[in-house]
Amino acid sequence: MTKKKDKKAAKGKTRTIKVDYLARVEGEGALYIRLKGDEVADVKLKIFEPPRFFEAFLRGRAFREAPDITSRICGICPVAYQMSAAHAIEAALGLRVDGPLRALRRLLYCGEWIESHTLHIYMLHAPDFLGYPDAIRMAKDFPEVVQRGLRLKKIGNEIMTVVGGREVHPINVRVGGFYRAPRVEELRALIEPLRWAREAALETLRWAAGFRFPKFERDYEFVSLRHPEEYPLNEGRIVSNRGLDISAAEFEAHFVEEHVPYSNALHCVLRERGAYFVGPMARYNLNFDRLSPYVQDAARSVGMRPSERNPFKSILVRSVEVLYACDEALRIVETYRAPAEDHQEASPRAAEGHACTEAPRGILYHRYRLDAAGAIEEAKIVPPTSQNQKTIEADLWRFIPPYVRLPQEELRGYCEQAVRNYDPCISCATHFLKLEVERG
Amino acid sequence: MKRIIGIGNDFRRDDAAGLVVARALKARAPAGCEVLEASGEGAQLMELWKGAEAVILIDALQSGHNPGAIRRFAAHREALPARSFRYSTHAFSLGEAIELARALGEIPPRLEVFGIEGRDFSAGEGLTPEVAAAARALAEEISAIMREP
Repeated sequence: MTKKKDKKAAKGKTRTIKVDYLARVEGEGALYIRLKGDEVADVKLKIFEPPRFFEAFLRGRAFREAPDITSRICGICPVAYQMSAAHAIEAALGLRVDGPLRALRRLLYCGEWIESHTLHIYMLHAPDFLGYPDAIRMAKDFPEVVQRGLRLKKIGNEIMTVVGGREVHPINVRVGGFYRAPRVEELRALIEPLRWAREAALETLRWAAGFRFPKFERDYEFVSLRHPEEYPLNEGRIVSNRGLDISAAEFEAHFVEEHVPYSNALHCVLRERGAYFVGPMARYNLNFDRLSPYVQDAARSVGMRPSERNPFKSILVRSVEVLYACDEALRIVETYRAPAEDHQEASPRAAEGHACTEAPRGILYHRYRLDAAGAIEEAKIVPPTSQNQKTIEADLWRFIPPYVRLPQEELRGYCEQAVRNYDPCISCATHFLKLEVERG
Repeated sequence: MKRIIGIGNDFRRDDAAGLVVARALKARAPAGCEVLEASGEGAQLMELWKGAEAVILIDALQSGHNPGAIRRFAAHREALPARSFRYSTHAFSLGEAIELARALGEIPPRLEVFGIEGRDFSAGEGLTPEVAAAARALAEEISAIMREP
């Protein structure tokens, strides 16, 4: 945008900022922003990747198939789908998975967090802070940094391979446990790589702490799981900083999905208070005290406080969670004892079950209604990105005004970065991204 | 070591073309030749081709050609045409993985990409007939390459 046009904009003309194809996000989406003078007139995060009708696809399938079918919704967070599906069906069938099997599920989830967060930190988000259009150009100047990121991510994949059976779309999770629990020596082989990974994760946090963050904060309602003892992964009550404290079975009484005409993903809102924020920022703000002391100290050592409300600092929070996931994974593999049984047998019954687990991008809700033979009569899935859509739009409404006089390209870059703060997984939410800013 | 890697998603119809070719080749792989399947996630692909002298990648393509058209790219020499390949995971794609590997000096001496133009990438299983026929033809072609010394 030329200076002349900027002057016109200041006088109250309309201009648009459009990103027709949002880069460095998972899936297909666009951003459309309309400015009237220096005021924001409209913000739309448009998700046009076609919806995939998984919920309908599940009807009539056997309960045992749900973890494997739903894990195909996402190539980045398949474990989250397997976990929410398995837990929801176990809730319906009255099963409780404990002991080493529970620890293995937590380990598998740590693998996914390491893999997914590290990909976002190094490949998708860091180029924003270092001024590169993509990780490829960043790699030419910082090859060792990118190699560290790739190696760290790979250790997440190794956990997925050992526990999940293969590194993408793991196949080893089943209702009641695992098809084959790994042997002690298989997990032992992860100890040395995880020790390196924990050091690399600490270096990642220190590296990210040196970035400059745009000043921006809002008073969010953060929503995450909360567990009596652990930093939440598989279990806990759904809580918020505004008094929400419910079980997964109560989710639909408090959260409602709304259709918006410009998006193929439903917007999920809190019935009473509207937009809310899920994912690493929410977990960190609501569960700092549940991080291991080692990780809390590491966060403080780079100047982080127990409450961080600037979404541009989500790269720091993801780095803390990678450090936690490495530390926790190491604890699990060092103390692992093979379970007596690989799984508990499940008998079908007519029942309904609910579960929420912490996908890398935030709470993932599943509900299944089963008939007496164990066939799925109804399924409902609410992925994290559909929950954050409204908050992403609300961030842009507030973020743009102080920067509105910036040249178009620069403003557009910041807007895209504001979307990437959320690591949106649009494939999950439909559910691709393109940015339009209209100035008027 | 030669490595043949089929890329795709079984549940997005023609997106599975690369996987179908890999499965047709698995039983026919001679010693010193490995056949693998992958989702198309970039970092994983970089791992899969590490250490190999020759790598052949097979993926579904969306470039405006006729469905079933087969295109061959010498990726060790030049970048793939932008945005031709569809990914099940868009975050870090095949094209980006190749360029990142090039930036890091990790490109195998021979890295060829075969693309099969797809027609239907909607949710569901099974290839459209022209893409299935192209997958069979490409499996024959790559089978001959596998046996080259």
